[in-house]
This record gives sequence, C-alpha cells and structure tokens, in this order.
Amino acid sequence: MIIQQLSVFLENRSGRLTEVTEILANNKINISALSIAETADYGVLRMIVDNPEKAIQALKKNDLSVHKTDVIAIITPDTPGALHQVIKHLSEEDINVAYMYGYSHENKASIIMKVNEPNKAIRILQDKKVELLSAGNFYEV
Amino acid sequence: MIWNPHYECMDREEMRAVQSKRLCDTVDRVYHNVPFYRNKMQQLGLEPGDIKSIDDISKLPFTTKQDLRDNYPFGLFAVPKSEIVRVHASSGTTGKPTVVGYSRKDIGIFSEVVARSLYAAGASRDDIIQVAYGYGLFTGGLGLHYGAEKIGATVIPISGGNTQKQLQLMQDFESTVIACTPSYALYLAEAMDESGISPDSLSLKIGVFGAEPWTEEMRHKIEKNLNIKAYDIYGLSEIMGPGVANDCIYQNGLHIWEDHFIPEIISPDTLTPLEQGQIGELVFTTITKEALPLLRYRTRDLTRLNYDKCQCGRTAVRMEKCTGRSDDMIIIRGVNVFPSQVESVLLEIGETKPHYLLIVERENSLDTLEIWVEVDDYYFSDEIGKLEGLTKKIKHAVESTLGISVKIKLVEPKTIQRSEGKAKRVIDKRNI
Repeated sequence: MIIQQLSVFLENRSGRLTEVTEILANNKINISALSIAETADYGVLRMIVDNPEKAIQALKKNDLSVHKTDVIAIITPDTPGALHQVIKHLSEEDINVAYMYGYSHENKASIIMKVNEPNKAIRILQDKKVELLSAGNFYEV
Repeated sequence: MIWNPHYECMDREEMRAVQSKRLCDTVDRVYHNVPFYRNKMQQLGLEPGDIKSIDDISKLPFTTKQDLRDNYPFGLFAVPKSEIVRVHASSGTTGKPTVVGYSRKDIGIFSEVVARSLYAAGASRDDIIQVAYGYGLFTGGLGLHYGAEKIGATVIPISGGNTQKQLQLMQDFESTVIACTPSYALYLAEAMDESGISPDSLSLKIGVFGAEPWTEEMRHKIEKNLNIKAYDIYGLSEIMGPGVANDCIYQNGLHIWEDHFIPEIISPDTLTPLEQGQIGELVFTTITKEALPLLRYRTRDLTRLNYDKCQCGRTAVRMEKCTGRSDDMIIIRGVNVFPSQVESVLLEIGETKPHYLLIVERENSLDTLEIWVEVDDYYFSDEIGKLEGLTKKIKHAVESTLGISVKIKLVEPKTIQRSEGKAKRVIDKRNI
C-alpha cells in the first residue's frame, strides 16, 4: 500500500518548472499527482508518476536532486467530515502527518499523505475500513 | 604638519643605519627569547651575528598568520608575561583568534605611529576626533584613541555602531575628525541624508578610514558625500594595529613609519624580493616592538613601494593603496573571512555537497555575505521543515565560525561552477 513519490529540489527561478515538465514529457512519463511546497529561495516538487525509476534516471541525468519518498493514498467519500474521520483515526494512534495534497472528483476524494509511520498508518486505516490505493494504481510494480 | 620630523624626514642613508641597528637588536632578541625563531634560524643555519645590516634581511625566515595560530596564545611573545600590559585579538579566523601582546613601551610606539598618522592626515590638538572604530579586542578603537590623545586632540570614544548617536554627537560636539571603516563612513553619509542633516552644517573636515580595502573611487564618493578629505590608515594587529602607514594630505601613497616597521615587497610565488617599484606581497619586520617582534611577517596584501621624497616633505617610503591580496581572504565589515573556513564548516556538518560560493555585496553601504550551498541527494528532504532546519544549522555554524551574520541559500546540484584548477569560491560584487 506504500506508494513511491518523487520529490525534486527546485530553485525559485523562472522557467525551472517548465524544464522539469519538459524532461518528463520527452521521456513519456505521465504525472498522476503533483504539488509544490515553496520557500523564498527554493521549492520542493512532489509528484507520483507512472514510471518512477525512469523518471529518476531522467531527472538525475539533468543534474536535479531527486528523492524517493514513501507516501500513502486514500480515497474518501466527497462528503463533509470524511477527511476529518481519517485524520482522527491517525491522530488517535499518534501518527503525524507531515504534509498532504488531494482533490475530489465524481463524489470521491483522493488524498496523498506523508506520515511519520506509513506502515502503521496503513494498518490503522485498513482496520477502520478506509479505502487505500496501492502502488499498482499509479505505476507497474 | 609633521609629528616627528626627525624620523619622518630622515635622509635615506641615515634611516638605513637606524633600521640596521634596530634590526640586529631585534634578531638578537628573538633568537634568545623566542624558541620558534631560534629553531627557524637554526634550521637555516643562521646565527644572530650573520645579520649585520638591513641588506641581510632577506636571509631571515618568514612569519605567517598560521605561525601565530600554531603558537596560540602567547607562544611568540619575547618578554615575560609580567611585561605585557595589553592584548588584542583578531576576529574571524578558524578556531582560535590571532593574539597579539604589547609591553608598556609598545603601547607608547603604537600611540606614536597613530599620532604621526593623524598629523599626516592634517589633524592636530585643535581637533575633536570621533573614534567610531570598535573598542575591544579589535585594535582599531583603542589604537586611534591613544594616538589622538597623544597629539592632544579631544577624543570622543563612541566606538562603532549606534548611528543616530554618532550623528547627534557629531552635531552637538562639533566633531572635526571621524575615524571608522570606509564602508561605515558611507553609511553615515546615507543616514545623514535620511535624517535631513546637511554635511555642510557639520564641522567635520577629515576622515581617517581603514581596516578594510577601499579604492580611489570610494574615496571620491566619501569625500563628496561627507564633504571632507578622506585618508587611508593602514595597519594590521600582528604588526601593531592601525597606523603602520598613513596617507599624507597629498593622498599619493601611504607613508610607512619605517623606523619601526621595515617593509619589503616579495613575489608571493617564489618568496624572493622584487625590484623596487614592482607590485608584490608586502612583508613587514618590526624593529622596535618588545612583546611580539615579528620577522618578515607576510601580510598577503599586494602593493608597491615608492622611495621618492614626497611633496609633503617626508622621506618615509610610501606604499600604494592596497586593493588586492595574495591569498583568498576577503574582508567583510572589518572581519577577515577565508573561504576555507566555510568549507570546513560544511564538511563538518556533512549534509550538503562541499561546493559553495560566497557572494559579497554592499547594500546601503553595509557588506552582506550570502553563501550558496548545493543540496546533497542523500540528505535532501521532501519536507520543507527539514530543509529549513538544515539551512539554520549551517547558518548557525558558519556564523559562530566567522563572527558575522550570513544568509544561507540552498541551490540545486551542479549550480556552482566547477573549475579544473583553483575553484572560484567568491563573487565580490562590491566595487572596491
């Protein structure tokens, strides 16, 4: 149930994101999820792609710093309080969320989370019957 | 006016005789009192008797900043500790500071050379001198203070910083002379402008500026903005402190007080003396100091010497304004910074690549240092909090090593230019 997210260090300068998306496009890599965290000087691009190993190779070849990060992905109903329930389960078991990003579409929400103990989080969420996506939903394992 | 016409205007042959006598005495003293020099001379097969005049000076061993560090804190002192009346220490060196000591007689000589320097700049007992150099371990504040008292001027020992107070006292006490770093002089000019104080409304007429390199262009700017004459005071704590040399009112080279400090110009590569008039590394031998006499101390400053008699009447040799160095040291806000210090901090932390770049700029007349550091794939984190933590950790370690505040900027790998030979570690955007 652990999914590998790619994290890329990016300097804050114009055109830098385009360079990364161009590398991925040229290598026919599809992006399924993406978010950027930013500071004044730099940002961290986080994404889930359909071929992580190929993407890492291509990015590294272009002198980018790439890091693989274990994340989990959950599906919740697109209703008020649905996310709250999930977070509550985790917080009751002392799981910390470092960051998350997501969207909702056609009555369902998909959320990607980085937590301090992903395996424990997965067990808790499975016990609570929360729907989880697996790596196979995003790329070939 | 000339403070000490006897020595400042001495005939060259007579000066050489004075220097020869004092050099022989110094060599004899360090040989017998400083094990470091005795060992060095013995390694070269030299005995004090081999040095008969100033012509033999190039036979003597060199001294470097590293030698002072290796003998931290008092290893090179040539007198018992009971004879030391004051110590100063230089800032911004790796690990340990460079410590210098003075006997009572040394403090007298220090005051004498600063007195000569202030006179050369046109100051006298009628002046009110605002000493805006830092007082403390740094030689600037106390050095200027004693010299200013010696000429009988009125001293305002305000020390560095506190700009509004500087301006207030300058107005209320009618200061006629200001002594500080050239960059602080420009900062004062800007602060005056912002406070609506016109330089013409002040009594200020002379500036004595040093402790960092500055160009003729900067001199013109200071003179224009403050409506004063700006003079360069040269010195280094190892040799004495400020007042080793100073501009006269003709501003055509700094007179070296050579009855106390013998200058030489050597090639930094071959370490051999260069012909008169050639640019090379300035080397000083102190010939009157008691506590810390130094033989052929390598200043790393690049300049050339002019032995012609000056329009002002002095015969004391003149050195050209220093603007270059034979090593990669940079001076930021009066603090000596070596890029290698940043390197050792990064290697010690070990969480970034050892590639870095120092960017020095001058914002509102104050120097700023930004350090670019390449992120390492292994330590790079997807969490901003961890990256910020790393930045803070580097900032703290670098600041405690260098002694000045810095900004750390994480950059992508391979952003910093690699070079085959000597890596470019510093981009100095200040126009000095």
